[in-house]
This record gives sequence, C-alpha cells and structure tokens, in this order.
Amino acid sequence: MSHAKLFMIRAPLSPTSRTLFAVLSFALPLLVWCAVSYVPWIWHPMVVVSDPGSVSYFKDGMRVPRETFDREVVTAKQSGGAVPSGHPANPVYLPAPHQVVAALYTSFTTPPQTRDGKWLHESLWQSVQIIFWGFLISSLIGVPLGILCGAYSGISRTTEPFTEFFRYLPAPAFGALAVAILGIYDGPKIAIIVIGTLFQQILVIANTTRTLDYPLVEAAMTLGTKRRQMLPRVVIPAMMPAIFRDQRILLGWAWTYLIVAELIGTSSGITWFITQQARYQNFPNVYAAIIIIGILGLTTDLVLAYLGKRLFTWDRTGQTR
Amino acid sequence: MDKLVSSPSYLDQSAAVRERFDRLKEREVILSVRNLNKVFSANGRETVALRDVSFATHRREFLCVIGSSGCGKSTLVRILAGLETQTSGEVLVEGKPVEGPGRDRGMVFQTYTLFPWLTVKKNVMFGLEVNNAGRSEAEAQALQWLDLVGLSKFADSYPYQLSGGMKQRVAIVRALANQPRVLLMDEPFGALDAQTRAKMQAHLLEIWRKIDITIVFITHDLDEAIFLADRILVLKPHPGEVIEMIEVPVPRPRHERQVTSEEFLATRRRLDELIHAPTSHAQDEEDEAGLHAALARLTDVTDNVE
Repeated sequence: MSHAKLFMIRAPLSPTSRTLFAVLSFALPLLVWCAVSYVPWIWHPMVVVSDPGSVSYFKDGMRVPRETFDREVVTAKQSGGAVPSGHPANPVYLPAPHQVVAALYTSFTTPPQTRDGKWLHESLWQSVQIIFWGFLISSLIGVPLGILCGAYSGISRTTEPFTEFFRYLPAPAFGALAVAILGIYDGPKIAIIVIGTLFQQILVIANTTRTLDYPLVEAAMTLGTKRRQMLPRVVIPAMMPAIFRDQRILLGWAWTYLIVAELIGTSSGITWFITQQARYQNFPNVYAAIIIIGILGLTTDLVLAYLGKRLFTWDRTGQTR
Repeated sequence: MDKLVSSPSYLDQSAAVRERFDRLKEREVILSVRNLNKVFSANGRETVALRDVSFATHRREFLCVIGSSGCGKSTLVRILAGLETQTSGEVLVEGKPVEGPGRDRGMVFQTYTLFPWLTVKKNVMFGLEVNNAGRSEAEAQALQWLDLVGLSKFADSYPYQLSGGMKQRVAIVRALANQPRVLLMDEPFGALDAQTRAKMQAHLLEIWRKIDITIVFITHDLDEAIFLADRILVLKPHPGEVIEMIEVPVPRPRHERQVTSEEFLATRRRLDELIHAPTSHAQDEEDEAGLHAALARLTDVTDNVE
C-alpha cells in the first residue's frame, strides 16, 4: 500500500492492509490506555503511600492526591520527621489494562457477594434476554410497518408524522409509567427498549424501502403482477438485504438503551452487576463488564454480517469496499 | 436536392418487398393508437408531450418508433405499456382499450430491470408465476425460453453475473414468456457497446421470426431502426407528433451487408432529412447560439488541431 493511495477516495485496500488497519483500530486506543497506566510521568495525579513515615493520617496503600503527598513530604522534612514514600498512581476509577484483564476472568469466578445476588453470567443472560425480547417486539411491529410506510404513501402519511414526533421523546421518560403499568421486573425494561427502538425503526425501514429501484416495480407491473402481489414478490425481496443491514444497526441502538432500561424498577442484569461493583469500588470489574457488553455486541454484529452475506449472495451493495 | 434525383427513392419497393407489405397489411390489426394526446403539467406549466398520435400495427409486424430527444417516444411507449395514462385518445390491443399494465403487452426497458434477487431462470418464471402458472410448468417453459436465446447454461446464475447483452436477452425472454401480443422495447440496446448491439439486433430479429409477436421498438439510432423495422414511425419533437410512417424498402431477411445497399441508403437519407431537418423551434436555436457564444478560444492561436 503506497502512501499516495492511502488518501485516495474510497481506494480499495489489500487483504493484508485491511487486517492491519482493523488490528490498529483496537491497538491504538489500547496503546493510549497502556501509556496512561504504565508510564509514570503520563498523568498519574495520585500517589499510593508505601511508607507513611511520620504523617499521622497516611496509611500503607492509601491513595492521596500528589499535591497533598508533596506537601506532607515538605512538612515532614522541615519538622525533621520521617519522610513518607510512595509511587505515582492513577485514580481508583482508572485501573490498568492488566487489572481489567484479570477481572475479566475473576468476575466470572467470584461468587455473588450477597446471598440473593447473581453470578456475572446470570446477570449477562438476564440482559441478553431483555434485549432479545425488546428488539423482537419492536421489530415485529417496526419492520412490517416501516415496509408498509415505504411502499404506500397513504400509510406513510398517517404514520410517519406521529412517529417523527414520538421519536424525540426520550425513552427513559416513560420509565415511571412503564413501572406503573408493567410492574417492577422485566416488563418495563423491555418496554423501554421497545420505545427507544421502535420509532426510529419505523422511519429507518420506511426510508430504506423508499430507495427501491422504481423500474423494478414497473417491470413487475408489465409482467402482470397484481397489486397485492407487489409487496411479497417485489418490494420485500428487493429490500431484504438493506433492511437486514438496518436491523444490525438498530440492534446496536437497542443495546444503548439497555443500561437505562435496567435501572427501571428493580435494577437487574448487567446494570445491577455494574452498579454493585462500583459501589464496592471494584472498578476493574466495572470495566470488565462494560467490555463484555462491547464484545457481545460486536460478536452478534459479526455473526449477523456473515449471515447476511450468506443469505443475500446476490446483493452487490458495498462490494468494492 | 437536385443531385439526388438520380438516386432511388425510399418509396421505391421491389416486387418482393411490396408483396410482403401487402401480406402484412392483410393481417389483423393488433395494436391501434387513435388521436393520442399527452400533456404533462408541472408547477403550473403545461408541456405537450404527444399531440394527436395515430397509427396501427399488424400482427407480427416490427415497428420502430424514431425521433430526436424530446419527441415523446418514451412517453408513447410507456402509455402503450399502461405505465402512464394518456390525456386523451385511445390505445387498443386487439380491439380492447388499454387500462394499466397487463400481460398482453410485454416490455423491455433500457435500464436493466432484471430482479437482482432472482436467478435467471426464476426471472423468466416470474411473469408466469404471478399469472398463476404452476411452478413446474413455469420452470419447464422458462428453460425453453432460455434455450431460445442460448442462455441455458446461465439458468442458475444471478443477474449480476451476466454481461449487459446477456441481461437484455433475459429481459426479452422474461417478457416473452408471458406470451404477450405486443412486445414494447424502450431503447433496449441503448446502453450496450456497438458490437454487442449489432449482435443483439440480429438476435432479436431471429426471435421475432420464430414466434408470433408484434414488436414496437423505440430507438434514436437511425440505422438500428432501418435494420430492424418493417415500418418506421417518425416523430418530431416539441410537441411529439407523427411526421411520417415509412415503409422500409430493404428486403428481408436482413443482414449486415445491406447497410450499404441502395434501399438502405435511400431510407437513411430520408430519415436524416426528417430528423435532422433545420428546426424552427426557437429553444433549439437558442441552445445552439448559447453554445457558440460560451465557447471562447482557450488555446494559443497558432496551436490548431484542424
């Protein structure tokens, strides 16, 4: 890959550079994190005390701001007391990569702290179920309605203006209402996911359906296709790959509503795990849980992308990427 | 015109050709268009696309419609297909007025309109299936049609795997599989390169010879029209009106060598006169004038290419 080609608009990449750049996209943020964590002179606004010296309120392992530590060092020197020692550290909320990696393992092996608590995998499973049902219910309404809106102007005009209005209402605002109607367990959480996804979904799918190449419809008409056959025979099969791509993006959208949804009623799932760990200042575990959400999301998307490729072999969109 | 007096006129027909036309006109009328008018109105402005167009075609006739851009030939064929409605006048297929698209009129578009999600075979089966043919029946027929255009090998390929010429061959048999009375073709070879185009023309004539079909073929390529047509309907632009219905005196079967024959050249001269005649239309003159004025010389005065 020559430098000249790198900045050519939409220049195709060789397989090697594709892989290289993909690795880089993860490696670069990781590198920044490593630098901040392991290079002592980058950031490190705190000091972990290893020897309290003569400072009465210092304890071994205590994390104090660097200015405080420096002041105490000066005071100790002036008063002739024992000088405290320590090493630079980051705040407790920024654990180093290796701590988080370790937590990725230990968070699964650590039993719940309370008797009615849940293991991490149980919490995750609960979250996945919320997402699944929320997205399924939203799609069962949103996809058919979106296609109808995209296909028929009448339905579009009676549906889309209201949808357009409703999608600006923040889904969490319906939290209290959802609890009042659906109780405190999974019901309101699923409802929030549905409210957060559905209205965007209708509009996105409708817009996608409208991109249908009209000459295909005309060709079908000249072949004697009746009106009721047009949707199942032309519109839906033609738009399937694009709708599938939309669904992948919308599923990501549903995930972003998860945390808010799970705070409603009784906190549950991965959110419960995260808030619980944060309460005990177990930040490596918090990061681990967040990363697991990312991994789950990315894996689902990759699986769906592969599935889409297999299902729609005829689809040429984005072939030259 | 004086020097052309000695050359044969496009109106001279050999005995064989005249006899062919007599037989053609004895056949029943399949498609008749009477006093067709089409007015588009947009933003309060009305544009007359077609004015008082009338003609008739007989069974198994090959009719070409020709005219420069803006003459409404595409509008005409879309009205025939039922994709647009005329402002007034009527279109009759076998005596029945056209109301919307129907399987009695097949259509081949300039843009490739094969269904990309269906294999070649299923594309051809499409018309049969939406008209309630059984699956196996439709499949058997589709394979026969593909055989006719030599694409049996590609029955299970997807459209994106075909070349432009192959796509249009599939589009033609997809339309024909419905056994329409009329095949409408809207500049179907317009997007193809010259070589493929010539092959497709020969191919189309071969198909036309073999089956009972009346073809209405839109083109702006004069040679293509002469090569293919029995008769050529010449339209003039702004508004689209019929100026002449020309009976092509070139004998059949047609082959490429006829392009230099006297009959061919005579017809070509006539079409040139009609299509490229000095136009009185103000807008065209304005365009032309604008072009010359806008083109200032941008090279050194001694740097000449001609």
